[in-house]
Amino acid sequence: MADATNTNAGAHADDATGPVLAADGSPLKSSLNKALRAQKLRALALIAPLLIFVMVTFIAPIVDMLFRSVENQIVSETLPRTVAELGDWDATSETLPDDDVYAALYYDLFIAAEYKNHTRLGSRLNYEQTGMSSMFRRVGRNVGDFGELYLDQFEDLDERWDEEADWAALMAHPGYLEDAAEWRDNRDADRIDPRDTPAPRFRLAPGIADLLPQTAQAYSQYAEFMRTEEQETADEDQPWTLVDTMLYNDLMAASEADIAAYSGPMADALQAAHAAVPEFETATLKELFIESDDEWANLDNWATIKVYAPNYTSGYFLTAVDMKLGPDGMVSQPEDQQIYGLLFKRTLFMSMAITISCILLGYPVAWLLANLPMRSANLLMILVLLPFWTSLLVRTSAWKVMLQQQGVINDVLVWLGVVGDGDRLIMINNQFGTIVAMTHILLPFMILPLYSVMQTIPPTYLRAAKSLGATPFTAFWRVYFPQSVPGIGAGSILVFILAIGYYITPEIVGGTSGTFISNRIAYHISSSLNWGLAAALGTILLGAVLILYWAYDRIVGIDNVKLGG
Amino acid sequence: MANDQSTAAFVEFERVQKSYDGETLVVKDLNLSMPKGEFLTMLGPSGSGKTTCLMMLAGFETATHGEILLDGNPINNIPPHKRGIGMVFQNYALFPHMTVAENLSFPLEVRKMGKSDREAKITRALDMVQMGAFGGRRPAQLSGGQQQRIALARALVFEPELVLMDEPLGALDKQLRETLQFEITRLAHNLGITVVYVTHDQTEALTMSDRVAVFDDGRIQQLAPPDQLYESPENSFVAQFIGENNTLEGVVKDISGNVAHVELDGGELITCKPVNVTKAGERTKVSIRPERVEYNKERLSEDAHTLKAEVLEFIYMGDIFRTRLRVAGNDDFVVKTRNAPDQVRLKPGQQIEIGWLPEDCHALDA
Repeated sequence: MADATNTNAGAHADDATGPVLAADGSPLKSSLNKALRAQKLRALALIAPLLIFVMVTFIAPIVDMLFRSVENQIVSETLPRTVAELGDWDATSETLPDDDVYAALYYDLFIAAEYKNHTRLGSRLNYEQTGMSSMFRRVGRNVGDFGELYLDQFEDLDERWDEEADWAALMAHPGYLEDAAEWRDNRDADRIDPRDTPAPRFRLAPGIADLLPQTAQAYSQYAEFMRTEEQETADEDQPWTLVDTMLYNDLMAASEADIAAYSGPMADALQAAHAAVPEFETATLKELFIESDDEWANLDNWATIKVYAPNYTSGYFLTAVDMKLGPDGMVSQPEDQQIYGLLFKRTLFMSMAITISCILLGYPVAWLLANLPMRSANLLMILVLLPFWTSLLVRTSAWKVMLQQQGVINDVLVWLGVVGDGDRLIMINNQFGTIVAMTHILLPFMILPLYSVMQTIPPTYLRAAKSLGATPFTAFWRVYFPQSVPGIGAGSILVFILAIGYYITPEIVGGTSGTFISNRIAYHISSSLNWGLAAALGTILLGAVLILYWAYDRIVGIDNVKLGG
Repeated sequence: MANDQSTAAFVEFERVQKSYDGETLVVKDLNLSMPKGEFLTMLGPSGSGKTTCLMMLAGFETATHGEILLDGNPINNIPPHKRGIGMVFQNYALFPHMTVAENLSFPLEVRKMGKSDREAKITRALDMVQMGAFGGRRPAQLSGGQQQRIALARALVFEPELVLMDEPLGALDKQLRETLQFEITRLAHNLGITVVYVTHDQTEALTMSDRVAVFDDGRIQQLAPPDQLYESPENSFVAQFIGENNTLEGVVKDISGNVAHVELDGGELITCKPVNVTKAGERTKVSIRPERVEYNKERLSEDAHTLKAEVLEFIYMGDIFRTRLRVAGNDDFVVKTRNAPDQVRLKPGQQIEIGWLPEDCHALDA
């Protein structure tokens, strides 16, 4: 190297104020990053399949499930107009909502009943207020007849109000009618499959939406329903009675001049109808609703609809902690309906009992495993792992056989004369049975981490302690035990977290007093179909585990958890 | 110790045997007696039974047969924690979850010693091994040498009269080992404790011990002070095991008193000192230490016996020259000479004559 360059390099090195530079003058940090980037990318590519798999099959479903615990679009989606009208109604006012609300409800429910969505909404609201399911189901059967009155009167006025073709001529764009006729021909000649090629999209006749706005809207929805649900065009069937009701509303509201100015199809029928409507016999929707089910006059039901109108609700979470959302805010559930708090407490208590039993039973076994000669240790290890190789159901059912009142243990006790034949012990279908069976099932999860930690503790420590004068117990307690604590920690976390979410075993041997919160979650998932509540319970369970994990980290330190090595 | 009766046995093994499987004996008929204050090293290759002997003395193994006595009392049935013997382990065995001070405090706590007494003793023990400032550290924060010092301090802090050391310096590098060898000997002598030290490193054994017991095949092959062990080995195993050694094989021609004549396999006749050969016609291994061989004619004494040799290799090692020769058919005959200004430097292929004094040449068992 020439002298000049040497001095230069020296000056560079001495100049410690700026960032350290690489040989080409770029900052060292960025060249290092550049050098490491390829490595990082390769590492990322290696783990990418697993990462994607975990994201798609694990993280995403969990997030989706957790999201369900607050999701509540069903009310505002099924009853959009009603929810909007209810905004002004005061749920604590002791008066029923006004007629506008019932009119909106009629419109919403008519469409919901056609799409058969009203029962789903009924079930949803039934979680919050019992009886609302049947209220929706009953009105769903009747709501189609509410408009018959108007249909009949229009029909009496002019036969054409009963003709689908005339209705279509009034409401639909001529271009739509042509497309519809062509599509119908193709369909009837089996040239197309209506499921693959849906009917043409409905277009309103020009100007009709201004003249008869509500009718146009109802008719459009009817046409869309025909297109998507029935694979037919709008002019193939009589419109809904909802349309007749809306026509009555529109005609009542329309001015004489506007109607006279209309010159399209059915202009004469429209003028005649406009002249006749003021004389029509009318019905109050409120009365019709209450007539179909008097629950529609119940303020609590209306309050429930209003409370659960928002798209997102804390209702599920409140239910999960034995509270509920009322018009005045959160209130506790009645005493006799508070079950979740009890279940959470029981789940925590029993999981702890199971964890402690596992420590007490597993520690000596792990110690033996770690200290026996290889051959005997391997045999013992097989015995520890044997339960893993049998079906969970078989193991749990075996405990049922063992512990039941006419079971093996009771028989032996009676035979030995320890208990009388009359008062056999009740050891199954209660907490005792659950703790026994689950301790057995989860024991390997305690023994294995304990064993792998104990294996790393050299026997010389015990020898050293004894040579220093410690009795065998002191040597164990002061020297061996503290070093095995990381194994206890790992095993306890594993067993506790598995236990807290266990489902099958408590279901089979738990009876009523030994069931866990997970059994309730399963019930809501598969029987009551209240997925929102199940998700809320699951979220709380997850939160509880995370909090315990955090507390454990603060108290014991997660660095002290070892699964091996 | 003031009233040191150096001849009275402090530790005694009487006809001790040990078998693990009931088929083979690991320790065969061990007899050993050592006075108070002695530093005795058990030296031997691995599997020779030396560690087993130490463990029996510590109480972690039970003797299959025989009696072990400590200060005159049989200790076979006393559990290890009641023997009051300090012990230093090869891997230090410092308790990783305790600080250095807590480690040292442990033996005092189990002896129910008061807090102030404990602290005084811990401070003294740490100062003794020059680790006074490290009381608050964890073992993992210390280097190997520091850990060994702490292990030593822990074995000494409760003032045992007997301390056992099981290859305590085995895991350390050479320089550190030498420093600690010196320190351990110094401490042992200053404190007047009796030490049984196990090692497979003969240099360590020779430099540290008052006496060395050379183990092989479950027996003590020779029990002697280091100089005797080196200069007059009692059998060919000891001669081979301790230090570097040249062996020439042959047959004893005749023995008369302190002189034996041996005919080497190459036909040469040499004069030796008989050690454990008894009669003519016996096969023998003749042992000569490399530094007792001389090839500088002027330095050889008049009556020195000479043999022809061919230089195979000459290695310059700084303080000494190490020359490999072919002598009487043996290609591994080594000669070590001091690097003196007048010393001859040989070249491979050179034909020379070598010689030694008859008393440096031991005729041992074959």
